Amino acid sequence: MTLAILGGVLIGIAVSMMWIFNGRVTGVSGILNGALTPQKSDALWRWAFLAGLFSGGLILRWFLPEAFSGQLSTPDWTVAMAGLLVGFGTVMGSGCTSGHGICGVSRISPRSLIATVTFMLAGILTVWVL
Amino acid sequence: MKNVLVSFFVGLIFAVGLGISGMTQPQKIVGFLDLFGEWDMALLFVMVGAVGVHAVAFALSRKVPRPILAEEWRRPTQDRITGRLILGSFIFGIGWGLGGYCPGPGLVSLSTFEFRPFLFVGSMVVGMALFRLLDRALKLRSSRASGELE
Repeated sequence: MTLAILGGVLIGIAVSMMWIFNGRVTGVSGILNGALTPQKSDALWRWAFLAGLFSGGLILRWFLPEAFSGQLSTPDWTVAMAGLLVGFGTVMGSGCTSGHGICGVSRISPRSLIATVTFMLAGILTVWVL
Repeated sequence: MKNVLVSFFVGLIFAVGLGISGMTQPQKIVGFLDLFGEWDMALLFVMVGAVGVHAVAFALSRKVPRPILAEEWRRPTQDRITGRLILGSFIFGIGWGLGGYCPGPGLVSLSTFEFRPFLFVGSMVVGMALFRLLDRALKLRSSRASGELE
């Protein structure tokens, strides 16, 4: 629980830095989608953020390799299916766990509150059915 | 250029936060979503920590006219609750429960160079492209129907 709060606080600091310095919402799906469909000068900060995510992953591998344990034993096709649904759904719904779940909920955006409740419910239903 | 550097470090800190909190472990995500089974509530505290910090930062920023390195605050302008918002979020939630990855942790896990994160991120990129195509096709059809295009 302590680690969960500590990690959450770090995530909160990161998205607050993005907001206070760059005036941007840290929505991972939106940043990725925008990086793939770049508008002129808009691509660089997006790719820098993605490179940061990757570099953070390398740091984790070094000092907290357990961060990448806990893999599911489900067949590979379920992961492919999951990726398709996550990609399609986050662009359609304009956000994911970071953009809606953290940034939107923090500013009490009605859209984000509804999106967050909806994807949580859908996730709970999916795990329940499986 | 400074804003690009900030973006990089935001990504880096964000990734470390995800890893420390357990969000990069699909089993933990599924455990969190398993409300009717053996519910692992730990990830609720990730959200409490993150939202707690950012809600304060956001509230303070409202007294400031502009961001430090940008001309204006770019908060989403759309405020209508649409069917698209709800259906899209629902589809995302199904994928989240199925694979145990949301976009951030999926991207961070690429750093392991394992097969499954690449499979997840590859299909996620395809899923995003599929929605963009569908969206374009629907817009084209509706503008044709309303006579804006020949």
